[in-house]
Amino acid sequence: MDGLLPELEVVRKDFPILTRTLAGGHPLVYLDSANTSQKPQVVVDTMVDHLERHNANIARAMHQLGAEATEAFEGARDEVASFIGAPSRDEVIFTRNASEALNLVANTLAWARGPLEIGEGDEVLITEMEHHSNIVPWQLLSERTGATLRWFGLTDDGHLDLSAVDDLVTERTKVVSFTWVSNMLGTINPVAELTRRAHEVGALVVVDASQAAPQLPIDLAAMPEEERPDFLAFTGHKAVGPTGIGVLWGRRAALEALPPFLGGGEMIETVRMERSTYAGIPHKFEAGTPPIVEAVGLGAALEYLGHLGMENVHRHERAITGYALEGLATVPGLRVLGPLDPAQRGGAIAFEIDGVHPHDVAQVLDSRGIAVRAGHHCAKPAHARYGVQSTTRASSYLYTTPAEIDALVDGLEYTRSYFGLKGS
Amino acid sequence: MDLDSLYQEIILDHYKNPHGKGLREPYEAEVHHVNPTCGDEVTLRVHLTEGVVEDISYDAVGCSISQASTSVLIDLLVGKRLEDALAVHESFLALMQGRGTVQPDEDVLEDGIAFAGVAKFPARVKCALLSWMAWKDATAQALEGEKA
Repeated sequence: MDGLLPELEVVRKDFPILTRTLAGGHPLVYLDSANTSQKPQVVVDTMVDHLERHNANIARAMHQLGAEATEAFEGARDEVASFIGAPSRDEVIFTRNASEALNLVANTLAWARGPLEIGEGDEVLITEMEHHSNIVPWQLLSERTGATLRWFGLTDDGHLDLSAVDDLVTERTKVVSFTWVSNMLGTINPVAELTRRAHEVGALVVVDASQAAPQLPIDLAAMPEEERPDFLAFTGHKAVGPTGIGVLWGRRAALEALPPFLGGGEMIETVRMERSTYAGIPHKFEAGTPPIVEAVGLGAALEYLGHLGMENVHRHERAITGYALEGLATVPGLRVLGPLDPAQRGGAIAFEIDGVHPHDVAQVLDSRGIAVRAGHHCAKPAHARYGVQSTTRASSYLYTTPAEIDALVDGLEYTRSYFGLKGS
Repeated sequence: MDLDSLYQEIILDHYKNPHGKGLREPYEAEVHHVNPTCGDEVTLRVHLTEGVVEDISYDAVGCSISQASTSVLIDLLVGKRLEDALAVHESFLALMQGRGTVQPDEDVLEDGIAFAGVAKFPARVKCALLSWMAWKDATAQALEGEKA
């Protein structure tokens, strides 16, 4: 098959968990990477080495271990900056996850006074295909500021309905926040086009890159400024890194204009009892001891992806997704939600099967060692848009093989027969 | 993992032909319960007369386990005196929360014993309990309303 990662079998050996067998002696077929990805040995080893040899608090300890820990943590920041092509390393802020990164922006915007202040008559624009973590923070912001929340609807084939763009993006629009790649429909959204439109009316643009960062090459510095978002959020654990660490990248001027998020140690310049002054970015937004070893692990993860080459990872994902879409099309009564062209989508494929509920699909697949997700995937509005309550979602990644897709398709045939559904 | 211990024939039968489905009048309380992790939903009404569970009616979307357990709930509770129904409820709850260690009493739970296998699948226990929790809630609200 064209497009697969070169030496896929060697790459798979980097991921110890992929050799596991599950109940009944079934080898693991892990198709839940949009939920969380598996971790290569180098990430595990880097984190263990850090804890075994270099552990200390960062930026405050005046000893050798403190210096080593600080260097490792700040080295991870450099790695993130280079992975997304950040114009400046200081624009990279570590958070706990993508949700915290998005909440950081939404909260500080709600508190902002002056040019970034949001109030009644202003509008915040999102889309109907967002993960709950890119809906709820904006609902909260709207409730707190009196702004109006609006959203792009979706077309029947799983794209943003851009026909309403002139009505939705106006001089009242203060923030436009949308996902780069949908975690449910898989759709890849036109970041450059939407960002340009939003910038024309002076709105800030926030992009949820939780599904994009693991799959697509990102080079912020290479984007023309008018097409470059103002904020970009992603989480480490979907990009072969550990849980507990996320990233918010923000344009320097925007970050500097926002008030602090959490108050505490490390985010200050000086503290007197009456009031404090704050550190510059990125530390202004990193109160308290951060997830140090998690950041170090994320640095190793992104370095690993860099060695594979994100162009290669993307090509692999596209080839496997195309193969999966072909395979799924052979299963009677199966309907995929979202675009059917692998060039327009990421590797998460949500589908329904007539007569079998997604939980039951996932349960039967699990009994054969195949891990998928069933439910609403934290995207209830997108499910409601297509009149479905829940779906089964299979999501591949750089280590997924065509044979695993075959196992999925066979498992779905078996599921149908288990629930007494006859062939087409 | 033994699929057949989860998907007992009785469960699949109830799933395909659920008993008592639909929302009916009269009723004293209506509740809407959701399983937030998966999105399964049930709207459930109770009708009580003089300490008897006269009717339970519902509209639900969800997996085979949640739909079948609702159907079994109707079979087991409708027509019973409230205190007997609550005892059955307690017995079903104990079975589901027993991690597969509780031996079900067929005289009390009838078709409900088919859910013994579900208790061994922690992720599915909530599915089986969705409508049972909804019934308990609706009943409590109905009794509250009587007092008021």
